[in-house]
Amino acid sequence: MPKFLTNINAISWYFLMPVLFIHFFVIAFPSILSLLLCLTDWNGFGKINYVGLENFEELFRDRIFKKAVYHNFIWTILFLTIPVIISLGLAYLLTGIKRGQMFYRLVFFFPYILASIVNCLIWRYIFHPKHGLGGWFENQGIDFLSKSPFAMKETALYAVAWVDIWHFFGFLVIIYLTGMYQVDDSLYEAADIEGATKFQKFRYITLPMIRPIFILSLIIIIIWSVPTFDYIYILTMGGPAYSSEVVANHLYSQAFQRMNVGYASTIGVMMFFYVGIIVSFFAILRRIGWEV
Amino acid sequence: MATARFRQRSSFINHVILTSFALVIILPCLVLIFNSIKPVEEFGTNPLGFPNEIRFMNYYDAWVNGNYTQIFYNSMTLVVGTLILNLTVSGLAAFSLAILNPKGIQTAVVGLYLLVGISIPAQLYILPLFLMWKSLYLLDTRIGLIIIYSALNAPFATFLIRSYMLQLPTELFEAARLDGASTYQLFTKVALPLSWPVFLTTALIVSLNVWNEFLFAITFIITDDYKPISSILFAFQSRFANDYGAVSAASILMAAPIAILFMFFQRRFISGLTSGATKG
Repeated sequence: MPKFLTNINAISWYFLMPVLFIHFFVIAFPSILSLLLCLTDWNGFGKINYVGLENFEELFRDRIFKKAVYHNFIWTILFLTIPVIISLGLAYLLTGIKRGQMFYRLVFFFPYILASIVNCLIWRYIFHPKHGLGGWFENQGIDFLSKSPFAMKETALYAVAWVDIWHFFGFLVIIYLTGMYQVDDSLYEAADIEGATKFQKFRYITLPMIRPIFILSLIIIIIWSVPTFDYIYILTMGGPAYSSEVVANHLYSQAFQRMNVGYASTIGVMMFFYVGIIVSFFAILRRIGWEV
Repeated sequence: MATARFRQRSSFINHVILTSFALVIILPCLVLIFNSIKPVEEFGTNPLGFPNEIRFMNYYDAWVNGNYTQIFYNSMTLVVGTLILNLTVSGLAAFSLAILNPKGIQTAVVGLYLLVGISIPAQLYILPLFLMWKSLYLLDTRIGLIIIYSALNAPFATFLIRSYMLQLPTELFEAARLDGASTYQLFTKVALPLSWPVFLTTALIVSLNVWNEFLFAITFIITDDYKPISSILFAFQSRFANDYGAVSAASILMAAPIAILFMFFQRRFISGLTSGATKG
């Protein structure tokens, strides 16, 4: 503690009060309410009855919830693979060029700053069966994308994931690129002298050196993929026939269309526990010295 | 010589791959721009290309039919209001955590608290918050949403500003203290003027987050006259489902302010958004 400040403990708390107050008011207090409401059958008005763990029992019987969890799982796997591989490759290629690097960085990053609704409108049009790519192929006499992938049960989830990945991967490119630029150049020079190929340099120098940032990116993806909502809500509303329903959508419809306050809170609590388990898992790994 | 030529060729391949991925991003954006100046009749015959006949009236239609004067005003109010509230509370907190008591128990406790706050999914608290806002008459008001946005962005803003303030030399504060400055003056006269760059970065990211925010915007604002641009655009896509020209123009109107800011402050946007994630 700096010597020039007296009575610092009290004063430093005063400066923290506003942020703590607003954060408690908007996030912590309602979260606690949710933890309590999940034990009730409240419907937003009327009497609040304590029902114990009944909501959780119902949740484990809820077919749509199970479907949604499964879709969330697929979503996480998709995001842990496709954008990670693409972005690692692109970032590595970017380190190998000098001219135009800034241009590529800006282009890749650009969709990340666009609003979800704008990105969705772009791709809804492109996947539109009559217009967009489908219309273009039809004009050429080719029957391709003549049905919107958002409207088919088999493809809806993947089509939405594609739009979100399209918007997201540039973010990873920048993160990986930052990590790669922190790698000591002398390592690559030594490898050059040994006659290492490009792939070998990537595999044995770049990857191990960016490991901390790489693992961090995976954690971010896992945590961010749990509450995923915007893209699915805008593009498919979870349909057709719940084929792209995710947990956040299920909660939203339970909460704001059916006003099942208790049940919706239960779903929220489950999401919270899931994220909490993941975060503490990595925190423990870090504690026991496993370098992540 | 041989290596130089090899380098050149391999960097050519790099450019080919990078350009093809860049096109995957650029072409869909171009289609949106083309559509925004395309007359309705042309969408069937020319779905993806540049319009044969340019029609800027789409923008006029979007602006007037979408009541965009009001909508822009709403979104700007949210952005400005959130900036004022969020930067004030986050700046004060960051000052406390970085300068007043960087090693105190507060830093550990508050840091942990805010970190937990970041990882709580919004879905956990959105419904109780909705009911709270309803009973406090904050539902369906812009000030209600401003408070929410300020809280949502507070952890990120606090950490970003704090990490910058930690680098400020402590001698400056000691000197100011010797000159008789109060703690509050240390904040306004020393810390604030020195850390304007990080406040600018934070302001840009917070503006971006507020402008683009979707979930809380569609949930907490019900009256059309108060709706910000993201939830209006969401309503737009079903209301004018077949008028692709107007919907595209409306999307461009939403993206343009962000795109222009991005052109001017690329580095700040990129560093702010990525460091926010990697530090949080």
